[in-house]
Amino acid sequence: MSTPATIFSPQLAARFDKLVTLYPVKRSALVPMLLYAQDEVGYLSDAVIAEIAERIGITESDVRSVISYYSLLRTKPAGKYHVQVCTNICCMLRGGNELFEHCRKTLGVENKGVTADGVFSLEEVECIGACSWAPAVQVNYDFHENLTPEAMDEVLDGYRSQAEKGTGR
Amino acid sequence: MPPISTHPDSVPVVSYRFGKGATSIERYLELEGYEAAKKALTMTPDAIIGEVKASNLRGRGGAGFPTGLKWSFVPKQSAKPKYVLVNGDESEPATCKDRLIFEQDPHAVIEGVIIAALSIQARMGFIYLRGEYRYLLKIMEKAVDEAYAKGFLGKNIFGSGIDFDVVTQTGAGAYEVGEESALMESLEGKRGIPRIRPPFPAVVGLYGGPTIINNAETIATVPHIFRIGAAEYAKIGTERNGGTRLFCLSGHLERPGVYELPMGYNLKKMIYEVGGGIPNGKKLKAVVPGGSSTPVLTADEIDIGMDFDQVGKAGSMLGSGGVVVLDETVCMVEFALRTMKFYRHESCGWCIPCREGTDWLEKSLTRVHNGGGVDKDIDNIRYLAENMLGRTFCPLGDAAAMPTIAFVQKFRKEFEDHLEGRGCPKHRVQEPVGV
Repeated sequence: MSTPATIFSPQLAARFDKLVTLYPVKRSALVPMLLYAQDEVGYLSDAVIAEIAERIGITESDVRSVISYYSLLRTKPAGKYHVQVCTNICCMLRGGNELFEHCRKTLGVENKGVTADGVFSLEEVECIGACSWAPAVQVNYDFHENLTPEAMDEVLDGYRSQAEKGTGR
Repeated sequence: MPPISTHPDSVPVVSYRFGKGATSIERYLELEGYEAAKKALTMTPDAIIGEVKASNLRGRGGAGFPTGLKWSFVPKQSAKPKYVLVNGDESEPATCKDRLIFEQDPHAVIEGVIIAALSIQARMGFIYLRGEYRYLLKIMEKAVDEAYAKGFLGKNIFGSGIDFDVVTQTGAGAYEVGEESALMESLEGKRGIPRIRPPFPAVVGLYGGPTIINNAETIATVPHIFRIGAAEYAKIGTERNGGTRLFCLSGHLERPGVYELPMGYNLKKMIYEVGGGIPNGKKLKAVVPGGSSTPVLTADEIDIGMDFDQVGKAGSMLGSGGVVVLDETVCMVEFALRTMKFYRHESCGWCIPCREGTDWLEKSLTRVHNGGGVDKDIDNIRYLAENMLGRTFCPLGDAAAMPTIAFVQKFRKEFEDHLEGRGCPKHRVQEPVGV
């Protein structure tokens, strides 16, 4: 009805149609729309940016300027499972740096790198709000807390087998 | 996530419904849910604000501003619509309490928004969660849908003739958006650049309309004040610091966790009795009492009550309630550097003292820590930090500068030791340089 052609799933398109009507101004829907679109597509591709700009009625350049401000938004694909290791103060005190090093070696990628098979990407991140249960990691949106390198291996193995079965995300 | 931690001294007010299945509206109603909103509907706006003032509730986001007073600043007459905005963009390192509230008791947030809205006659409210807390969006959206289905939100709420809508959304990763004016920018679909004040949000806020902005814990506390009575609530805390606080204990503790304790609870007791003390027989070195932006306290400075005034008197701040405990093995230069790395990453670049200051401070701290520092660095670090104070649109510059000044002031010897040995003694022991 509002947008004839869409690159999003019918569910997400319907959600966006509703989202822009909820606020006093359409543009308020921009930040959540970008995040929800990224969740579905994997990253904010040129096509995603173009459609969101169109839906809100602002320029693509305006949309890009907002994207560059927010750390969760990305314009390049990440792995199927994006491993975000917190090394901020509370996690640092309880082994966050060591956990990041462990992930780096285990996955064989550097910070913000993606594994060759595209299953994992790794990022050292700032505080994720799990300070009393440090060290903590977020894989996509799932929290894993009170981790040790051994427990981290189990977490990664779990995602790897999900990827092999072709499930998840 | 792990549930709230408890101790015999815990006083469950905000956490009264935690772990009791209150995410479902039916269960919430069984646990005195929405009684507070119904009561507020029978009161005048002034009476509602009077009740909140009498409770001595102060903002739980960090600044500790009296909540009732904040609400009273909203003009009664306004040509533009008024709004209530819940700040659930919890991002101050060491803080993980609002997450528990959204997860365990989402209807308390909605009920608090309704009461706040009645006090200023707002017709719309927003609940903004940090982007990383995406799983909470599902919980909040379900709760909002349930409240609409019951007629507690939407047209003619509780049959009162008043209309009130609530929208829930997430951010997308930005510490600065936890600052009220940047939060409004973000909610308007823009980069989270702070606004200059005055005018304050109570007068010119969201979409230019008068706006109440409160931290999630503050808002979720409001229904409990109506549930137990303002006088009862005020009695739990100390003078001018009503009620309880969700303290997030982290770092080198036997039992880290989020505990609900009375305002004014002794910090030493919090560390040694509630948190179980320091593991592995180590000694306490320092405590960051209220989130990463608050000035550090030494082991000798912790015999204080944890309320806004007493921690302020001790030269720090109660902040967001994040208590970080550091044992004797911690390198304070490394800790200061990690703190600064965060603020440099989060500075939006709008104000030059913050943008340039955090970058130079990170560089200076890096060379003091890693080697390559010069003697003048210590004084320069302090000088730079002092010159950031009060010179930025939002408090991010202060948040970076204040802890840095305290680290240099209270642990200067460790900075000097680094320069004398040209690098971190702790890391040298681990990685001997084979020349």
